[in-house]
Amino acid sequence: MKKYHSLAEVRSDISEGKTTVSALVDYYLGRIGTNAHLNAFIEVYTEEAKARALVIDEKIRSGNAGKLAGMVVSIKDMICYKNHKVSASSKILEGFESLFSSTVVERMLAEDAIIIGRCNCDEFAMGASNETSTYGLVKNYDNNDLASGGSSGGSAVSVQADMCLASLGTDTGGSVRQPASFCGVVGLKPTYGRVSRWGIIAYASSFDQVGPITHSVADAALLLEVIAGEDGHDSTASKELVPHYSESLTLNQKPRIAYLSEAVHGQGIDPEVKEMMLSQIKKLQNDGFVVEEVNFPLLKYAVPTYYVITTAEASSNLSRYDGVHFGYRSKNATDLESTYKKSRSEGFGEEVKRRIMLGTFVLSAGYYDAYYAKAQKVRRLIRDTSLELLSNYDLLILPTAPTTAFAHGEKTTDPVVMYLADIFTVQASLAGLPAISIPAATHSNGMSIGLQIIGKHFKEQEMLNFANFIEQKQ
Amino acid sequence: MSNTIYDQYEAVIGLEVHAQLSTKSKAYAADSAGFGDDPNTNISVITLGHPGTLPMVNNVVINFAVKMGLATNCEIRLINEYARKNYFYADLPKGYQITQDTTPICTKGFLDVKLKDGSIKHIGITRIHMEEDAGKSIHDQDMYDSLIDLNRAGVPLIEIVSEPDIRSAEEAGAYLTEIRKLVRYLDICDGNMEEGSMRCDANISVRKKGDQILGNRCEVKNLNSIRNVQRAIEFEVIRQIDVIEAGGHIDQNTLNYDAVSGTTSVLRSKEMANDYRYFPEPDLPPVILTESYIEEVKHNMPALPDELFKKFINEFNLSEYDAHNILEQKEIALYYIEITNHTTNYKGAANWLMGAVKSYLNEAAVDIADFPLKPAQIAELVSIVDEGKINITTANQQLFPALLKDNTKTALSLATELNLIISTSNDDVLAFIHEAMAKYPEKVAEYKAGKKSLTGLFMGEVMKLAKGKLDPKEANKLLAQELER
Repeated sequence: MKKYHSLAEVRSDISEGKTTVSALVDYYLGRIGTNAHLNAFIEVYTEEAKARALVIDEKIRSGNAGKLAGMVVSIKDMICYKNHKVSASSKILEGFESLFSSTVVERMLAEDAIIIGRCNCDEFAMGASNETSTYGLVKNYDNNDLASGGSSGGSAVSVQADMCLASLGTDTGGSVRQPASFCGVVGLKPTYGRVSRWGIIAYASSFDQVGPITHSVADAALLLEVIAGEDGHDSTASKELVPHYSESLTLNQKPRIAYLSEAVHGQGIDPEVKEMMLSQIKKLQNDGFVVEEVNFPLLKYAVPTYYVITTAEASSNLSRYDGVHFGYRSKNATDLESTYKKSRSEGFGEEVKRRIMLGTFVLSAGYYDAYYAKAQKVRRLIRDTSLELLSNYDLLILPTAPTTAFAHGEKTTDPVVMYLADIFTVQASLAGLPAISIPAATHSNGMSIGLQIIGKHFKEQEMLNFANFIEQKQ
Repeated sequence: MSNTIYDQYEAVIGLEVHAQLSTKSKAYAADSAGFGDDPNTNISVITLGHPGTLPMVNNVVINFAVKMGLATNCEIRLINEYARKNYFYADLPKGYQITQDTTPICTKGFLDVKLKDGSIKHIGITRIHMEEDAGKSIHDQDMYDSLIDLNRAGVPLIEIVSEPDIRSAEEAGAYLTEIRKLVRYLDICDGNMEEGSMRCDANISVRKKGDQILGNRCEVKNLNSIRNVQRAIEFEVIRQIDVIEAGGHIDQNTLNYDAVSGTTSVLRSKEMANDYRYFPEPDLPPVILTESYIEEVKHNMPALPDELFKKFINEFNLSEYDAHNILEQKEIALYYIEITNHTTNYKGAANWLMGAVKSYLNEAAVDIADFPLKPAQIAELVSIVDEGKINITTANQQLFPALLKDNTKTALSLATELNLIISTSNDDVLAFIHEAMAKYPEKVAEYKAGKKSLTGLFMGEVMKLAKGKLDPKEANKLLAQELER
């Protein structure tokens, strides 16, 4: 079977009788089987997907299928699906089954998507290489020795290796965009509040957003318009109306674009990544776009600010995994206190424990002002400065990551080195801005280089239109 | 007595009152906040703190908190932020409580409470904030395990924090009584301390009179009645003074009060205190109130005891004593107000309520809610007495008990049926008067000689002869007339 790059291609082949949803599901199940060594899936819903495919084929035939009919998707193991296991790739949620579905799952199912399985990720989405998962690392399909990126590594590889058409990941500081960049696929992080967080396992509540990982900008737009919007279960979900993003992905006028000087000329950027940026800038200018260099000196504070606030929120969000009410409980526990200490010590991995401790520390009496309160002020500054830039320009462009996919184990010895891999993605996260990563070049090492586009709050349409324009030109 | 060492000290007391709000659903979830259901039946995934769940603010909680703020003369905050208070306990599934930290919904209020000697004590209210309750841990029902009931987890509370303005157990009692009265009048909490729907922690310290600096304070917990709050204060003040006088110093501890022994003991020391690591709740954006919303709440507030007290004194001409007694219990006050909708003899209505009705309630040990007569029926009793159709003693001793047994009839029809109506004409009364005078001719002579106090004797005789069915005022007039003749 041919490799599909968009739902439109799938639907067109179905309507021409060239394939069926059932055939497609069988194909993807086959791909999942032959690529099991990539470790992208934790669980595959084989029988369910097959049964549902039959129903949706029938719906297509009778002409009452939903927008996502024919789309086979995977979901990150952070997304709750009623009566299905969900574990945040952590031992602490071993065997836990969700009693309810996340809003994003419900909305996808209502539009006839098929969920084919649950994808591996960094434990509680804490990581940039998918190496902190209790289920082990995920291999990059293009080079099995290299990282998938993270934390939505399984999701990115599931799309990259043609094991499904699209995936839903979650992005807190780049966890959709960075693995998309490493795997040569499209990854979208919506504006904070654009997509409901109901049913999304929380890492850092004021950052977490669900985002699609796809082959095409068109599919990312389509998935976003299905999952986005107001939700009675989440008061941080915006009431802002959701445009039909996928219906008008054309550039009506040329956006004014800025690129961050620090993200092109800064240190630690792979020369070919820099080259990609320079050539994109040149091409755009040749096409008549205004593309100007701006300074963003606050960028060096973005990573520390991000880690102070996200770990603070995480230390509280992860308190519920205490061995008392659900999930893993240590067999060595003898009383309440040892239940807490032993269950959490045994149930959480190293990176999660590191972040819980860091977060607990920055919120502690006597340290709060020096760390958490200060980080909140810097976050406000980064947000305000970013918004100011976006009052002069429509979009910002920068690399998604300073390098292409790195090797397994390359950055695991020093957490700070790993944290710095987030340097270009955390700005949009801190400012709550929408951002998308699209494949923009191929490195001489054979790996994909992602270009990141940041838009204005709730202006995903403009961002998607431009991303589509770049994609079409390649 | 007046010169003991204890008199050289003064107590400095602040109270923290938790009032469980009587909303239908929980503070941040739609499950029932009802009391008394089977354990662990009102527990949605939100209450259980399952992964992926999020809180949603129950607007009724805000309404209730604003009401209490207005009733205690507070400033109401327009931008209300929530915070997380982090700690581990088995009955706290999320590992944190959603509360308010630096931005409580109400601040800078006060209550003026009346003390026994008639003086008014001004007690400041620092803040009122909204939070959620934890579940209930039950340690005494199973031999080996503690049991957890999460029905209460997430039930809304307001915490009312007083300034350290309280100086004695009496003042603390008066303040708590007032708070309890307010939450009941506002219908936001049942105020039941025994069942734990209103809970109080007392911060107690002592210092030498005249000192400006506060002494180290102890926080006393587990106070399940106003009486116990007072007893704990009395015990703790003496204990602290004794420690200081013996050359020791007060450790800033959390104490447990044991109601059986009437003593306090250390629950945890300052070193063991939790660091709650408060920070802004990222799952809830601030709730923004408007001035017009607050005006609307104010407009829809029920009448409060203070306001009613003034009305009873100024408009109804009741004595302070009567007004106070009626207002002590909200249900009694509402019953009284309902009577006054049917009669303008407010004093008469008060007398019936505080007399016959209250003694019936006491004897039968029932609440006013279960009292068989409607307020309109009491008003009718007042009216028929006023109209001279029945005399007050007969109404009290015969008609009222009969009406209680047969509450479907009107007072007048039952009185007629029982032949209690004053049917006696002036001629009949005169006949009784003459009969009485004939019975005691020598007393008539004494009266005429100036011993006017004998009127009572004659009236008694006349009433006896008339079997009570006459209008005493009218009879009195006629009697005087005949005796003077």
